[in-house]
Amino acid sequence: MKGLLKFRTNPTIAATGVVVGPLEKKSPFKPLFDKVYDDERSGQPTNEKGHSKLVEDACMIALRKAGFVPDDADFLLIGDLVNQMTPSNFCASELQIPYVGMFSACATSISSLLTAALLTESGMSACSIAGASSQHNAVERQFRYPVEYGSQKPETAQWTVTAAGVAAVTPNQAGFPAIVSGTIGRVIDLGVTDPFNMGAAMAPAAADTLERHLNGHGRKVKHYDTIITGDLGKIGFEIYQKLIAKKKIETTNNLRDAGAEFFGDDSDFQAGASGTGCSAAIYFSDVYEKMMVGEYKRVLLIATGSLLSPLSFQQGDTIPCIAHAVELEMK
Amino acid sequence: MLSIFVTAFVVGGLICVIGQLLFDVANLTPAHTLCILVVAGSILDGFGLYEPLIDFAGAGATVPITSFGNALTHGAMAEAEKHGFVGVLTGMFEVTSSGISAAILFGFIASVIFRPKGKV
Repeated sequence: MKGLLKFRTNPTIAATGVVVGPLEKKSPFKPLFDKVYDDERSGQPTNEKGHSKLVEDACMIALRKAGFVPDDADFLLIGDLVNQMTPSNFCASELQIPYVGMFSACATSISSLLTAALLTESGMSACSIAGASSQHNAVERQFRYPVEYGSQKPETAQWTVTAAGVAAVTPNQAGFPAIVSGTIGRVIDLGVTDPFNMGAAMAPAAADTLERHLNGHGRKVKHYDTIITGDLGKIGFEIYQKLIAKKKIETTNNLRDAGAEFFGDDSDFQAGASGTGCSAAIYFSDVYEKMMVGEYKRVLLIATGSLLSPLSFQQGDTIPCIAHAVELEMK
Repeated sequence: MLSIFVTAFVVGGLICVIGQLLFDVANLTPAHTLCILVVAGSILDGFGLYEPLIDFAGAGATVPITSFGNALTHGAMAEAEKHGFVGVLTGMFEVTSSGISAAILFGFIASVIFRPKGKV
């Protein structure tokens, strides 16, 4: 099977940084976030500048917790959803860390983490910052309607979160979650064209990557304390569970979805959260904390992304989707 | 007296129900829904059906966006009678110009005074 990664040196996540916007105070995970802004633009004049500030703060927090300054970092591997990823580009301009923009839409949290782990494994990185971010107003404006327009949303829609989550990846250190393996996803497109139903579009990609990861690495679902998908949301998560059952993969009750859990049961947020920052924020706060305190020993993170552009869906194209997986272990 | 309000509410409400169904059932975008309702109002007036609706429901028929389509056709036909074919072009915005100018003017004033915000 192709697309499988096995790490011999087990790079570790030495620290994480998660910064969110004001509406994210409603999240049950709020106490775990490093910084919460009261202002939706993070004190900046525009949404996009606020977006940049969010990820910059997250990078600085992760670096500080790991005992580094920006000059110590070898690579910056971050991405977002705004055109040409300008929020990440401006952040990289501020931090002056050698930078590669990463794009896998909402699966960027994992594609960047895997890339950081590969650079670390090759011996060329002593510290890499990997992660992803999204900002509600900036992303909604680009993909759907400007929020000021007040457009109605169907129940299947998901709420793009304002959040940035990054991880500082270093060569193996005892006492931190280690990156032991990964699976690069294939693009799956079953013909969904509705950008207000991303969960349904992404669920088959998540199920495909889960199946390939389990078969390719010889794992069972019960091997993991949790398998947590990125932002399928409530509707997508149900479809994903049905697809897993159809593939005859034996499951336990250890399946979670960051998007479905992000805002608890608050129906103001329709089918749950989404956005590049959604999986990154939960993986690098809740999941990371639970590993650090020993509640989780082995976890599988599967982040899902919809690889559409505003133009592609306006032209009636389908939504190609991807899911990348990474296995973390507390040795 | 009260019956005027009731018919206006019911007819205006039904036009909005059609718009909502175009959103929810036909899965159309707001722009598509808007265009369909405007064109529908325009076509209805072309067959002389929108004016009777206004006589019956008053504001119930003049407030929804379908009335804009009605006004477009109405102006075009009135001018066409006076000036022939060129009147179709000049008349189209004659009746509707107040609505268009008001949208531009109030939009401008609002954008000067207020700063748009999200849900926070």
